[in-house]
Amino acid sequence: MWTRLQSLIVKELLVVLRDPRSRIILMVPPLIQIVIFTFAATLEVKNVDLLVLNRDEGKSGLELVGRLEGSTTFRSVKPVHSPSELRRAIDEQGALAGVEIAPTFSRDLVAGRPASVQVVLDGRRSNAAQIVDGYIGRIVSDLTADENEQRHRLPSVPRVVPRNWFNPNLEYQWFTLPGLIAIIAQLIGLMVTALSVARERELGTFDQLMVAPLPTGEILAGKMLPPLIVGVVHITLYVIASVAIFHVPLRGSLVLLYGSALFFLAATVGIGLFISSLCATQQQAILGAFLFVAPATLLSGYATPIENMPGWLQTATLANPLRHFLIVTRGVFLRGMPLGEVATNTVPLFFIAVVTLSAAAWLFRKRME
Amino acid sequence: MTEQPFSARARARRLFALMLKEARQIVRDPSSILIAFVLPPILLFLFGYGVSLDATHTKIGVVMEVPSQSARDLAFAFQASPYFDVRLATDRRELEGPLARREVRAIVVIPAAFDADLHKRSKTPEVQVIHDGADPNTASLVQGYAQGVINSWATVRAIGAGKARPDSGPEDRMWFNPEQTSRYFLVAGSVAVVMALVGTLLTALVVAREWERGTMEALMATPVTATELLLGKVVPYFLLGLGSMSVCASLAVFVFQVPFRGSVGALLAISSAFLLPSLGQGLLISAATKNQFLASQIAILSSFLPTFLLSGFIFEINSMPKVVQWICQVVPARWLIPSLQTVFVAGDLWSLFVKDIAVLALFGAVFLGLAVSRTRKQVA
Repeated sequence: MWTRLQSLIVKELLVVLRDPRSRIILMVPPLIQIVIFTFAATLEVKNVDLLVLNRDEGKSGLELVGRLEGSTTFRSVKPVHSPSELRRAIDEQGALAGVEIAPTFSRDLVAGRPASVQVVLDGRRSNAAQIVDGYIGRIVSDLTADENEQRHRLPSVPRVVPRNWFNPNLEYQWFTLPGLIAIIAQLIGLMVTALSVARERELGTFDQLMVAPLPTGEILAGKMLPPLIVGVVHITLYVIASVAIFHVPLRGSLVLLYGSALFFLAATVGIGLFISSLCATQQQAILGAFLFVAPATLLSGYATPIENMPGWLQTATLANPLRHFLIVTRGVFLRGMPLGEVATNTVPLFFIAVVTLSAAAWLFRKRME
Repeated sequence: MTEQPFSARARARRLFALMLKEARQIVRDPSSILIAFVLPPILLFLFGYGVSLDATHTKIGVVMEVPSQSARDLAFAFQASPYFDVRLATDRRELEGPLARREVRAIVVIPAAFDADLHKRSKTPEVQVIHDGADPNTASLVQGYAQGVINSWATVRAIGAGKARPDSGPEDRMWFNPEQTSRYFLVAGSVAVVMALVGTLLTALVVAREWERGTMEALMATPVTATELLLGKVVPYFLLGLGSMSVCASLAVFVFQVPFRGSVGALLAISSAFLLPSLGQGLLISAATKNQFLASQIAILSSFLPTFLLSGFIFEINSMPKVVQWICQVVPARWLIPSLQTVFVAGDLWSLFVKDIAVLALFGAVFLGLAVSRTRKQVA
């Protein structure tokens, strides 16, 4: 039985790897993805172009412009001379934000009145705009607080001293890379599996497989193991790239990471095989896999925290294997996650895998009959 | 009377027949309908309700090392904030385990000396926030919110003591989107993603299948020219893309209440301009690979992912490293997103649209030209 299974696995791997272009497409683009998207996928806001309309002739107006220019967030701080100039530049997305300093700014500060500064932001990019608004607000209130302290002897505002565990400088790449490992492993694992049965049905070789003297269970295993192998190879590549190229600290145990990855890949392969058994053509399989991947990625906590979702949707994400494995990859890399916690997050993966693999096996058997 | 195979009438009839065949194939296969008309509502729904960067009820711990009056006041201010769900403690060690297990996302430590420092003029009292740096986004958000809570707490105190007027900070005006709903800009992004999928992924798959099965060569043996053949593919998928975009836009406006301040004509013009490079890319990929698996992988890599990540729709292009910014310039969606966002929430701004449409048309001409020459070469 073992030799039969072995030859089936070799055959399935050959289908994927025989074509030199397939080999390249399986290996090279994911590495490019890792390099480009790791740098691109940051929610930091830097290099912002800012406009300043300073209508204040006093000292504090100049002081504020100076502090804005000194901030590292802004790439350029350009003076404008009229509100219409400001409006046009923001309309045409020449700048993300503009600061209008009212003529009474310095006088208001002296009199202890609220500072008269207006920040105009491009709400089309509301996310970045909000962050920039926060930066500008902090600069303005620092300035007014300093002036108030000097002039009015007000008690100072408590200062927040941040300390960051696991990632002292808040390196975004340390956050994105372990996540990307999970995302790409899922994408490749799913695509390879989804195509396997659909391709045979499209090309008509599925019938040959049906009449071959092989138990269905073995054919099924032959379909499931190769994507698992491809997935493990991918994860290995990314782990090496993360550590060697991007210097992401790997604080936990690789054994635990791989252990959990096997259950994750098994769950993914189950989904892929289910989709594949459902589809009659490769096109359907690819698009079907895609229809699953897009929402699964959005609901995994990869780009936006799960805590921000409504409660019922948070419950729904529990069925998403990617959600659990993301916690493990990030945890093993940055937190040095211990065995107990890896196990807690792998148990759901085990159950999801049991469900998806049985569903796939059931549908596959039905197709074989 | 028999028609000459190259007369204008014969050409038109051939083209029409090709388009009809393609349209039938689209309608017959449930998967193309799924991508064009089922995926858009799912994406919009998730962007509308599920995915949000605006955190509320972030779980944090607050440690009062000495429960003095001011420390309790400040802890109460954190409890009252809608941004936080607070777990109280008197020793930070109680919360270090939960922080490591992600049960709380940050620990605010009000130190023992807080009360004393608050009453000294020479010292600025400090509040320490220990973040879970493994998630830098949450860390920076919590940092901002925490400072906000402390600022307003200090202001309220100063007013209570009769020492200050409220410091309102700068007055901000978020143009086009005063409620700062992230849904608004996410919708433009999902329209772009859906058009990229129909234009590039679907087209690449369908044409690659014709190559794979050899039906493309069969078509080439007929008097049909390469240009006619590709035109027969482009037009139906162009219409499908526009149809899918319309579904997306209508859902966005009528169901998800995204404003639509521009004109329908402008939206159609921008979308059409974007579909040209998308379709061109799809045709080029299929002609170059002639294999459905390869075509789908390359389409996802070169079209879907860049539209998602490198177009400025979620991630700011200006914040990226220089080299990645250059790559962004050749991503067609990068020239679509600003115009799309403008036509939805700002209005018609033709100075911006014309520039973006011109760039997209240029990309389209290059991709379609390459696709035609590639297809021709393979006939010879």
